[in-house]
Amino acid sequence: MNERTRRLRQASYQAEVTLSSERAALITEFHRENLGRWSPPMMRAKALEYVLHRQSLYIGEGELIVGERGPRPKATPTYPEVTCHSEEDLRILDRREKTPYRVSEEDMEVFRKEVIPFWRGRTLRERIFQGVSEEWKAAYEAGVFTEFMEQRAPGHTTLDGKFYAKGLEDFKTQITERIDRLDFLHDPRAAARLEELRAMLVACDAVIAFAERHADRAEEMAATEEDAVRRDELERIAAVCRRVPRHAPRNLWEALQMYWFMHLGTIIELNGWDSMNPGHLDRHLAPFYRADLEKGVLTRESARELIECFWIKFNNHPAPPKVGVTAQESGTYNDFTNINLGGVLPDGRDGVNELSYLLLEVMDDLHLLQPQGNIQLSRKNDDRFLKAALGVVRKGYGYPSVFNADGVVEQLVRAGKSLQDAREGGTSGCIETGAFGKEAYILTGYLNLPKILEIALNDGIDPRTGRQIGPATGDPREWESLDDAMAAFTRQLRHFVDVKIEGNQFIERLYAENMPAPFLSVLIDDCIEKGRDYNDGGPRYNTSYIQCVGIGTITDSLSAIETHVFEKGEPSMDALLDALATDFAETETLRLHLANHTPRYGNDDEQADGIMMRVFDTLVKTIDGRPNTKGGRYHVDMLPTTSHIYFGSVTGATADGRHKGAPLSEGISPVQGADRQGPTAVIRSAARMDHLHTGGTLLNLKFMPSVLEDDEGLGKLAQLVRTYFRLDGHHVQFNVVGAETLREAQKHPEEHRDLIVRVAGYSDYFCDIGRELQDEIIRRTEHEI
Amino acid sequence: MSSGTIFDIKRFAIHDGPGIRTTVFLKGCPLSCWWCHNPESQAPGPELSYNAALCVGCGACLLACPSQARSFGPEGMQWDRDACVECRRCEEVCPTQAVEWVGSKMGVDALMQTIERDVPFFDESGGGVTFSGGEPLAQPAFLGELLDECRRRGIHTAVDTCGAVAPAVLRVIAPRADLFLFDLKHMDTHRHRQLTGVGNERILENLEWLVAEGHRVEIRVPVVPGATDEVENLDAIGAFVSSLPRPVKVTLLPFHETAREKYRRFGMDTVWPEDLHPPGPTRLEELAARLRGHGVQVAV
Repeated sequence: MNERTRRLRQASYQAEVTLSSERAALITEFHRENLGRWSPPMMRAKALEYVLHRQSLYIGEGELIVGERGPRPKATPTYPEVTCHSEEDLRILDRREKTPYRVSEEDMEVFRKEVIPFWRGRTLRERIFQGVSEEWKAAYEAGVFTEFMEQRAPGHTTLDGKFYAKGLEDFKTQITERIDRLDFLHDPRAAARLEELRAMLVACDAVIAFAERHADRAEEMAATEEDAVRRDELERIAAVCRRVPRHAPRNLWEALQMYWFMHLGTIIELNGWDSMNPGHLDRHLAPFYRADLEKGVLTRESARELIECFWIKFNNHPAPPKVGVTAQESGTYNDFTNINLGGVLPDGRDGVNELSYLLLEVMDDLHLLQPQGNIQLSRKNDDRFLKAALGVVRKGYGYPSVFNADGVVEQLVRAGKSLQDAREGGTSGCIETGAFGKEAYILTGYLNLPKILEIALNDGIDPRTGRQIGPATGDPREWESLDDAMAAFTRQLRHFVDVKIEGNQFIERLYAENMPAPFLSVLIDDCIEKGRDYNDGGPRYNTSYIQCVGIGTITDSLSAIETHVFEKGEPSMDALLDALATDFAETETLRLHLANHTPRYGNDDEQADGIMMRVFDTLVKTIDGRPNTKGGRYHVDMLPTTSHIYFGSVTGATADGRHKGAPLSEGISPVQGADRQGPTAVIRSAARMDHLHTGGTLLNLKFMPSVLEDDEGLGKLAQLVRTYFRLDGHHVQFNVVGAETLREAQKHPEEHRDLIVRVAGYSDYFCDIGRELQDEIIRRTEHEI
Repeated sequence: MSSGTIFDIKRFAIHDGPGIRTTVFLKGCPLSCWWCHNPESQAPGPELSYNAALCVGCGACLLACPSQARSFGPEGMQWDRDACVECRRCEEVCPTQAVEWVGSKMGVDALMQTIERDVPFFDESGGGVTFSGGEPLAQPAFLGELLDECRRRGIHTAVDTCGAVAPAVLRVIAPRADLFLFDLKHMDTHRHRQLTGVGNERILENLEWLVAEGHRVEIRVPVVPGATDEVENLDAIGAFVSSLPRPVKVTLLPFHETAREKYRRFGMDTVWPEDLHPPGPTRLEELAARLRGHGVQVAV
């Protein structure tokens, strides 16, 4: 950091998170005036144009990269067309203890008088809940699964490098050419394509105009600026904003600003999940960086300053606020931009370059909540690169996380991508695999595996409510072996996955038909060529993921049932069911015995891991390859974000000795504290899962900072990671903060506001996460080698 | 195939030789160093560990004991070693693993299966297996077969020894191991006897022989305040190591206190002074410099 970036970082870090009514008010105004005037794609594009022509501009003191989603840093807009927060929601957001979004009286007034009255009854969220089946609602309310699209639009998408070589004018030319080729005589969809393509043109112009407004503003500011240095900078900002995104960038500054307008365009257009993501930033920026250095326009230090100015912009954009269950499954300001470094190039060459190292330095130097980063580690990448990344991990921010680049390519190829598209892919959000710039890969909801087993153990009834929400699969007292238990579980799973996918299909269509995203569609191949929207199968690849949660808990529970009930006959199934129903109130000794005398996942134990493999195989058979409505297929992901806490809270006691309401295991990590053979055993267990049949898995490893203190320890950690990836492991992340520090932070949060810890696929401020999750992370941290 | 008594297997051992290793701890040791970190390693037979912090006082072990070797006193569970028939029922029934038997017979095959689990990590890191203890050479037939099996399967081996073994045993084992981690505690035999129960003559002879014969050896010196850390001792070690026919690397291992809890669990008394604390980094550096003064390569 230099003086400028230190100040910008400080300002961003200290800015209060607020809700802004500006976008909501503009969207409301637009719809009030124009209801029914255009087709849905054109309505969406015109709405974007309306907002971008009018929303307040912000060019902060000392900024070099400009543009905000809201009127000022961390002023977060709402998207009432998707979900319209009620007054009560807004009050909760304003006042809640964790991750509040302050709502000023003036903003409240706008929401109350303008926004809420117009949108109540017209939002997509309400249509979702009106349209889904009773079975869907029963499962959703029971906490069997969650629903991603009820408050935020489909997203989780990452951009590739095309707009560093093409300006929006070039995209417009491409769109116009496509319009010229429309065949109204033979193509029944030609009219629909035309609407979509026209909408894309409007969206491009809207984003260009937004940039021009920034150029105008910067010129105005320059005219009255007394400081000559800043005056020059403002003039430069104006020139950059006149150039991009209208035309392709020519240097590093323009390239960064180009991406930033793409980012803003998509996150103002809709509140897609996981914000937007530049993907392989190191390889995209490298040509500009090299050219600028060669020409002498930039030095490494001045390039770094520009990149830091850019980096800080991400931190100004907290996730759009969520309420209710959705807030519980992902309650964080982090909006999951996850920058990829390293990996392999589309032609298969080693993708690490000097920018990979520079960006690791920036990540370390700024250590902000956003953006977060990961390395895509290929067998072709040097250990030096891995060690540089682990050197940042050692600091304990929880990032960068480490992905198996070669495994990611294999996953993508298995799922039908071309080798080149797969190599241009990577991971985003937490751990989700996708073909960057060419794929809509949508997380649709978390699935609560231990809950489904609980329902199987109760013959289809949810014991929490006494409601029959699954099929009657028989009295478990008559089961004689693990096969019987698995058969009942499999039937319940099939039922709930069917219900979930039925709901997904309906919701997918709602977005396809009512909530097109024409600007995002410009950026994702082959939406232009197909003349179809991002939300309607326009991308080259269209994947839906279901994220399965609690594999450790369900494995250990089944293992306990097999070991104690079926093999030893003690306790009987009847006694076990009774103990679970009463949360072990009178049977604490039994609970401890189950917890401590059961072969458990995470210990390289064939019996326990065999059960994990059976459950996993059942998941793949039930989910993988099923069609969605966009010509794509369903795949399995194994990540929890924070849903394992919510899911735990709705799940009764489990046979592995877990108390009612306690968190489930997260990702593919063992149950917290159940792994007692060290990290190599955890890795062997985790690698027994066939990661290549997923779209991503999440593994947490915990290390005391002491392990990583010296270079020898760092080297051995690097070898541990390499071995996991040889075994096809997908991802690993590290928590390296000592439990003592965390307890201290719990006691004196005010002194540890900047303490970032790994949660699940992302890092968060320790003081911003709930007490339960804090306790869990402390427990995780204590079970270290 | 023979079998032996082991008391622990630690995977991802990163301080017991090159790379990522699995360390197998063999039970039984001819020495009885008062600072011993693994007090359960000294006796050759199985021992009972009782962790009062985990005990919930359920009484399951009392009910399960066929020989009434257990009772419950003010200090928690108590154990009558003489009455015990080592049936291990108490361990089976204890719900929290507060009661654990340490030291079990294991055959070469079974142990090799465990060792082989981490072969991918050994391959990646240049690691392997380390036989430690106790004193692994105190079970020579078992150790020899394990070393042969490892060599047959291409697994690197290290033997962590105190050196107090019959020269004939060492001559049989040495060619079958890839590396020796050789503990050197004190150069004064009288003092050595005070500290460990035996003199150091044979230890030094064995060490000289290993080095002279060209076996790969690394020397490890435990730095125990008031016992091994006198400057005179370090000087004597430095002089001795530099006089060896080939250069040998020395690693200083600072004493640490984590074993205190272990003594409690095995019902043993520690003879550590209450004010005995691990040497700090500055002290270690001082001692290392002392050794380096003799031209010895030192790692801390």
